[in-house]
Amino acid sequence: MEKTKVFVGLGSCGIAAGAQDVFNYLDEKIDTQVSELEVTSCVGMCYAEPVVEIERGGKRVRYGYVDKKFADEIIQSLEDGVFPDKNIITETDAGKAYLDRQVKIVLKNCGIINPESIDEYLKAGGYEAIKKAMHDYTPAEIIEIVKQSGLRGRGGAGFLTGQKWSFLAGAKGDKKFLVCNADEGDPGAFMDRSVLEGDPHKVIEGMLVASYATGAGEGVVYCRAEYPLAIKRLNKAIKDAEDRHFLGDNILGTDFSFHLHVKEGAGAFVCGEETALMASIEGKRGFPRLRPPFPAESGIQHSPTNINNVETYANISYIILNGADAYNKYSFKKSYGTKVFALAGKIKRGGLIEVPMGLTIGEIVEEIGGGTDSGRPVKAVQMGGPAGGCIPARMFDTPIDYDSINATGAIMGSGGLVVMDDKTCMVDVARYFLAFTQKESCGKCTFCRIGTKRMLEILTRITEGKGVPEDLDRLEELAHHVQKTSLCGLGQLAPNPVLTTLKYFREEYEAHIYDKKCPAGVCKPLITIRIISDNCTGCTACARVCPVHAISGEVKKPHTIDPDVCTRCGLCIETCNFNAIEVV
Amino acid sequence: MGLKTIDRAVRDEAKDIVREIGAEQEKVIPLLQEIQKRHSYLPEDLVEAVAQEIDVPVSDIYGVATFYSQFRFTPMGKHLIKVCKGTACHVQGADLLASALQEELGLDGEGTTDDMNFTLETVACLGCCSLAPVVMIDGKVYGKLTSAKVKKLIKGYSDGKN
Repeated sequence: MEKTKVFVGLGSCGIAAGAQDVFNYLDEKIDTQVSELEVTSCVGMCYAEPVVEIERGGKRVRYGYVDKKFADEIIQSLEDGVFPDKNIITETDAGKAYLDRQVKIVLKNCGIINPESIDEYLKAGGYEAIKKAMHDYTPAEIIEIVKQSGLRGRGGAGFLTGQKWSFLAGAKGDKKFLVCNADEGDPGAFMDRSVLEGDPHKVIEGMLVASYATGAGEGVVYCRAEYPLAIKRLNKAIKDAEDRHFLGDNILGTDFSFHLHVKEGAGAFVCGEETALMASIEGKRGFPRLRPPFPAESGIQHSPTNINNVETYANISYIILNGADAYNKYSFKKSYGTKVFALAGKIKRGGLIEVPMGLTIGEIVEEIGGGTDSGRPVKAVQMGGPAGGCIPARMFDTPIDYDSINATGAIMGSGGLVVMDDKTCMVDVARYFLAFTQKESCGKCTFCRIGTKRMLEILTRITEGKGVPEDLDRLEELAHHVQKTSLCGLGQLAPNPVLTTLKYFREEYEAHIYDKKCPAGVCKPLITIRIISDNCTGCTACARVCPVHAISGEVKKPHTIDPDVCTRCGLCIETCNFNAIEVV
Repeated sequence: MGLKTIDRAVRDEAKDIVREIGAEQEKVIPLLQEIQKRHSYLPEDLVEAVAQEIDVPVSDIYGVATFYSQFRFTPMGKHLIKVCKGTACHVQGADLLASALQEELGLDGEGTTDDMNFTLETVACLGCCSLAPVVMIDGKVYGKLTSAKVKKLIKGYSDGKN
């Protein structure tokens, strides 16, 4: 009799949510005579983690929110030969809303196959694209197909991939390098991590096709050291691919060779910039340099080099197998295919989603994501991380395509999409991002090094209630200088979070400066925390957690907070069970 | 001024590391990563010994080491706590977690406790955004935390329960 398969989603986020414990528990208890336990990765429904799937007789059912108690029910149902009928997360209205608008090209195998098994990748049609490429097409034809597909770089800049490849193919040199940029440094983004953890062979295959098309014999995946699981699975995938002759010398019995290895980053955001990344691969400080020469002329060790992002490579096998027309069936204006987003922040259904170009921001936030988790109104989304910007809710009919997003002042970026509600202070968000870029500035260009520092000082001053009216003009002026006089994208785009919030949320800045108020109730020096005596039951929970003993009162009687002692840490609000503490 | 005297054992370790990783310029970062993997930080003597072994000026090595946030120059505590400062964590109250941790550990900002039990660091993003706010302790990620939960977690580590 065929065994029932039980899949547990073991991506980093799933493990953090307790999936490893669930896996271990099932592993211990499951009757291996009737069922077998399988590892898979993140299926993208992070809000429902830990996720378990059961497959029997061609039917596969997905369950969410699995804890030990539910695991016991799963074990019982396996013994009874039935499917549990609760916690199914795909057939519900919420599940359908989350999944129905998505189109999975990049994420097709993620959370479905075992990422540590090359056989499962092969069974899912893996390495057919490289076979087809080598068998049916010349390298020039491959480049033409990728050009026709309209695929643009998914790392953020959106340059045409096929064109980039043609530069490397046309470059002179005995040795050429291919780099996969997996230095996903944007805070609030985890697309590349999920793809590498969930389907590492797909990225390898994309690089293989690129190698065949461009003549690059050596490849490097530059991956963030903060992603240990992605690195582990990628290394295993490379080894397995070598053992099956998909990598190394004489690939598939031909004279085509491609060697691939992983290089761990060491924690520098600027290394996501391609020239800085190459310097880091060479073992140097990650300083960006002037272009030209472009990497395709002179890159790693002065050899021609091509750099693409993880998601870009993960699109390639689909394009080769299905053709350019099938790919750009999903198109909007001059953007083609799908885009993966990491949906996070104050969102009800957060996770990893892949949507066709042209869907609107509102459709993503409201339909797929289900609005805010708090039920409060959505104020804005932040797209593109520290290089991107905040798009206000009134512009949520903006479609997802490179040009429309750029027109707002934000950028498509690598795919971080952080949702903010009315309790998020936009001045604080701008300060947060600037603090990040200021810290990560490599220091090479004066305006990026010092300009961002001055901008950060101004923003900090405003959030502390010490801002003056001239500050806004000063901020704008500095922002334009930093944009114009920085060498690389880090500096050129660093002012975006400030400029977009100034453009769309100027009234919040003004409230901080003129009224000395933080409308969202976030900036500590501008808020007061007080107890609503009607709601307070006098349970003393808040008084006990207050680290500075600012709360006093008798048991079972309303308490009060001494504003002169209070540090506005918010611990009391977090502790109160009666909604009796408010920020004003 | 001659070269500083470095212990024989340290020199032997440097040789061992270079043999394992390689001596080319492009190996500088992997070499530093290997040193840190072994010692949890970059001990001065060992860095100098490795620099001499691969014939690169120590100043160049430190130039690289100080550029990347991964490297630390003082010994690490028994447990490493990384507070995620990603965007999703920020809007979900990461600052509150950080101050709760600092208070619990008696630290002013990042650093190591006097009893060498904990090192507190921040990280730009751990990529577990849907579980924000998160903290990583000794490689394990804990999500959807509150100040109270994180304090309890730390107590568990101090008592050796976690």
